[in-house]
Amino acid sequence: MGRLEDALRARRDSGGHAFVPYVTGGYPGVDAGLLHRLAAAGADAIEIGIPFSDPVMDGGVIQEASAEALRAGVRPGDVLATIREAAIEAPVAVMTYVNPVVRHGISSFLDEAVAAGVAGVIVPDLPVDESSELGRESAARGVDAVLLAAPGTREERMAEIGRRSRGFVYCVATYGVTGARDRVEGTAGVVVAALRPHTDLPLLVGVGIGTPAQAAEVCAFADGAVVGSALMHRIVGGDVEGAIQLASAFRRAIPS
Amino acid sequence: MTIATTLPDARGRFGTYGGRYVPEVLIPALDELAEAWAELRADAGFRAELARLSETFVGRPTPMTRADRLSARLGYEIWLKREDLAHTGAHKINNALGQALLAKRLGKERIIAETGAGMHGVATATACALLGLPCVVYMGEEDTRRQAPNVSRMELLGAEVVPVTAGSRTLKEAVNEALRDWAASVRTTHYIIGSVVGPHPFPVLVRDLQRVIGDEARPQFSGATGGADPDVVTACVGGGSNAIGMFTAFVGTPGIRLIGVEAGGRGSRLGEHCSSLTQGHPGILHGAMSYLLQDDDGQVARTHSISAGLDYPGVGPEHAYLRDAGLAEYVSASDEDALDGFQALSGSEGIIPALEPAHVIGWLLHRPLEPGTSVLVCLSGRGDKDLDTVRASLRIS
Repeated sequence: MGRLEDALRARRDSGGHAFVPYVTGGYPGVDAGLLHRLAAAGADAIEIGIPFSDPVMDGGVIQEASAEALRAGVRPGDVLATIREAAIEAPVAVMTYVNPVVRHGISSFLDEAVAAGVAGVIVPDLPVDESSELGRESAARGVDAVLLAAPGTREERMAEIGRRSRGFVYCVATYGVTGARDRVEGTAGVVVAALRPHTDLPLLVGVGIGTPAQAAEVCAFADGAVVGSALMHRIVGGDVEGAIQLASAFRRAIPS
Repeated sequence: MTIATTLPDARGRFGTYGGRYVPEVLIPALDELAEAWAELRADAGFRAELARLSETFVGRPTPMTRADRLSARLGYEIWLKREDLAHTGAHKINNALGQALLAKRLGKERIIAETGAGMHGVATATACALLGLPCVVYMGEEDTRRQAPNVSRMELLGAEVVPVTAGSRTLKEAVNEALRDWAASVRTTHYIIGSVVGPHPFPVLVRDLQRVIGDEARPQFSGATGGADPDVVTACVGGGSNAIGMFTAFVGTPGIRLIGVEAGGRGSRLGEHCSSLTQGHPGILHGAMSYLLQDDDGQVARTHSISAGLDYPGVGPEHAYLRDAGLAEYVSASDEDALDGFQALSGSEGIIPALEPAHVIGWLLHRPLEPGTSVLVCLSGRGDKDLDTVRASLRIS
């Protein structure tokens, strides 16, 4: 168990719910200062994206942010440098796609991530049956490799995901890619309920949570919420202050 | 007659290649598809229905033509497997029709597809019109421009064509967008992927549906030549479905060289070509491990080819396996070679080829083989769609 899981379990075991904001690393304005401000706004952990050229799990907002960061020449090492510079107390998880990790080499990618202070990794296109090497190498370094569960995931896979995930289980709220939705789908509760019997890990819901009220709604059954596109929408629009205010509003809405 | 192909394994691996690198939300549909295909590929009723439509609708078997004048000019025995004569003008219909039938069996109500040159989009729109299925085709905006006639064809066939404006606005982005649609619609929608790429079971599914090319061509060749096999079997490779379709009947046969021709574009620097197998490194794109054109950070590279159908930075995982195992060889031919091949086949044989297989002809024009070699070429499609591109290129050069 790593620092990410420690922090999220501590929040859950004290009767609270976790707030985990996501931001796209390397996007203008996403710097060490922003990570500090998100932590100060009450984030239990921060998820930061290492941009990838072909983000198939992401909707328009994060696609655009990733493309813009890459156009500006941002490299994985730059995102790690931001994390190292920020040196915040809240655990930081990096989210990226499998190809940049494999291209770099799983071991050396993790070594560099650990050196930057990374506590978790989230690779949404690395499903449980392909994840054994990343899981093993992460565990060896005290990094939590977070797996995703989704609507439609079969019972035996839910058990496998519950057993093999570390940090938390990222419960995908809805069919589809990242991006704010008008409402919380019933599928979010179904995923959480299907996982509960199989794991004691914190279960956080993400994908499609666009408003503090929606976050509060999922925290009625989940252990926390991951919020990405809603914040990035503000940042991409040039409104970093608005993103921070929204993060604070999420924190207030999510019972701590 | 043909060699049983034992790969991929149960996890969709061709050696270290293939697999399933997709968001969890797609896994149940891939499981369902793999299970359904394992049954249907051997199901007599399904096979009979596909065979009937292949004959009466697609026009199979397609003929094999000896390229007499080109053979005399180059000193080879060149035979063309005429997939350009299949309905809709390319081999793509073999896969699209089979998968559309499969989708019906699965009870799916909607079809999505990606397309590069537009041939797979047209084939899918055609199969959907035949079977009464709504169809959405994702196509890079750049490709909608350079393959405008195919956009009109798809729309006439009742499909909705969605231009994709991300990135290089070509085939890679069209696949991304189709995958995103599928993540949201997977319960009711089947994704008819257009090549032997993507997560398991797509590479094996598409191979099974395309292997009819080689399964027909091998006895055709043998019948025409008094019982011989060709010395060389060759096809162009973008994602690689026409090549796999042709190679599968021959793979592992001693004495037969299988040669895939990639798009060499306009230069050898990253971004100037689409030669994943000859210049790429192992990597993961669109759900499978294979050779991939990428930079040092694992960002997928931009590509260039004169032919939209080959303009793709990845390649089917089975090709990666065949390459590493020495079971097939891969070479590349430039844009210029393709234009030469396009004109050579048009002028000397009365066949206007698509720019994709024109790469194979262009490669042969360099006389890379021993004199007297017998060569079976997969002529994967016809060239009507490329006339504007060719005219523009020839005017510039």
